[in-house]
Amino acid sequence: MTFLVTRDLSVTLGSRRVLHDIALALPPRHMVALVGPNGAGKTTLLRALAGLLPADGAVEVGGDVLSSLSLRERARRFAYLPQGHMVHWPLPARDIVALGRYPHGATDPARLPARDAEAVRRAMQAVDVVELGDRRVTELSGGERGRIALARVLAVEAPVILADEPTAALDPRYQIDVIKGLRAAADTGVLVVVVTHDLGLAARFSDSVLVLKEGRLVSQGSPAEALSERVLTEVFRISAYRAEYQREAVIVPWSESR
Amino acid sequence: MSVHDVTITAEIAARRRISSAAALAALVGLLSLISLGIGPVRLSPVTVIEALFGGGSDVAQTIVREIRLPRTILALAIGAILGLSGAALQGLLRNPLASPSLFGAPQSAAFGAVLVIALGLADVRSYALPVAAIIAAFGSVFALLAIAGRNAGLLILILAGLAISSLAGAATALAMNLSSNPFVVLEIAFWLLGSLEDRSFQHVALALPFIAAGAIVLFSQRHAFRALSLGEETAQSLGVDVGRLRLFVIAGVALGVGGAVAVTGTIGFIGLVAPHLMRPLIGHDPARLLVPSALAGSALLLAADIAVRIIPSTSDIKVGVLTSIIGVPFFLYLIMRERRALGGGVA
Repeated sequence: MTFLVTRDLSVTLGSRRVLHDIALALPPRHMVALVGPNGAGKTTLLRALAGLLPADGAVEVGGDVLSSLSLRERARRFAYLPQGHMVHWPLPARDIVALGRYPHGATDPARLPARDAEAVRRAMQAVDVVELGDRRVTELSGGERGRIALARVLAVEAPVILADEPTAALDPRYQIDVIKGLRAAADTGVLVVVVTHDLGLAARFSDSVLVLKEGRLVSQGSPAEALSERVLTEVFRISAYRAEYQREAVIVPWSESR
Repeated sequence: MSVHDVTITAEIAARRRISSAAALAALVGLLSLISLGIGPVRLSPVTVIEALFGGGSDVAQTIVREIRLPRTILALAIGAILGLSGAALQGLLRNPLASPSLFGAPQSAAFGAVLVIALGLADVRSYALPVAAIIAAFGSVFALLAIAGRNAGLLILILAGLAISSLAGAATALAMNLSSNPFVVLEIAFWLLGSLEDRSFQHVALALPFIAAGAIVLFSQRHAFRALSLGEETAQSLGVDVGRLRLFVIAGVALGVGGAVAVTGTIGFIGLVAPHLMRPLIGHDPARLLVPSALAGSALLLAADIAVRIIPSTSDIKVGVLTSIIGVPFFLYLIMRERRALGGGVA
């Protein structure tokens, strides 16, 4: 069973082709790590999936063609977590989480219908940020802001979550908190696509890994298969320490490859 | 803290916003009464209310209802649309230094109006004037946002705004320069110094429909401003059509500012100052700031227009001059406060 399908997905920015003929078929209840060197096109692929930039080729989500959906219908299918968790005004954290209900027509956080208030509450409990609700987001630590951003994305209750480097700039504890929050969403039935540079987290928490290089999908499969020694050498130009711990794949980038 | 407590705190904040807005509305009402009472013949607020509702002497009725009421209505409406435009632009650009006057919108609107007069296309009381002003204001804000691009920083917006204001000012000067008719030059000088003196109900009829339309357009977009707090891309991912929103805001600002400038000339800085005065009371939510900023804009312009009538001077002080003299130092203060964001200050 597949939920998100792409065929010949290509993106051209200016005169440069950034993504070449990406073909994906991803199931629900699944966490996919999207990895690749800087400039490989990971963020571009995520944006193309969310319909945030013009792309050639087809994206189908839950049996519907993406381009046939209205902006609001797309927003209900894809919850998008961008890099950096930027918030421009010092709003209460709860209002930020409540923006996750915007695609459902609940545009005013002060007057959320019961169903939407309930979704906000669930999301804040899932990442344990209920007590931060009244704090201004700009006054929160990076880790707290990261979790508020995650709660906003969970509050959409979308079948697909697209997260762009959600663990960047977080301390190890918050990295694990955030990635486990996404893992938990995947376990409840959501398709989670996570862009990351952390091969260790990718290997350990994801069900499958997609490897991008220069805009092309060069490897995919289970973490151990997709991140084989050959791929690490050819794509990342590194060699890694590989092991298994508590039945999960361990990959630690070790040295530059010759 | 439990979920229940959080809801209660949110309710307290909501109640505070409502009482602040009510207090502001009362202030605007009071200032309106004072504005109606001030002039060569001073009338008490009680006399003003009597005259307004058809009581009191015939003289008082004529003064209040025919001479002063249009001026007060214009101050109220124009102050409101300037405050609302400032708050909407700040919401759209997520930038506390955005405002119509810093972007050259009133200056461009004035040029549009001046051009119509200088070319002899219409007299000062025809609808051609606000239409030309609106078109010029739309062009200037559209050009500014196109030049600055998406996610423009403070510095780029302010520099582009400066360039557009300068261009509009130069074009206006050129129109004056080339005009051989001294009466036309005099009339043009009027556009450069915003004023509410001697305005009639004809002026109100000229400006109000455009101002109201602009206000409706801007207010209808309020919830999108909140989503934009997360940046354009995330707002788009939440279902906000950012391109369409930009056009709506540009159109709303142009309608409001163009309509206002067509009857009063340029009155600057209300749009910059009003949202800043409201943030400590209302909070930073760009959607909730719109109405309070409009009320604050009304209060500011009414107060300024009362002040120019009270300040003793040999000739009339123009209200546009006063708002700029107060507004520019405020702008400088904001630059000082925001200099870290402006890039590489010592702050």
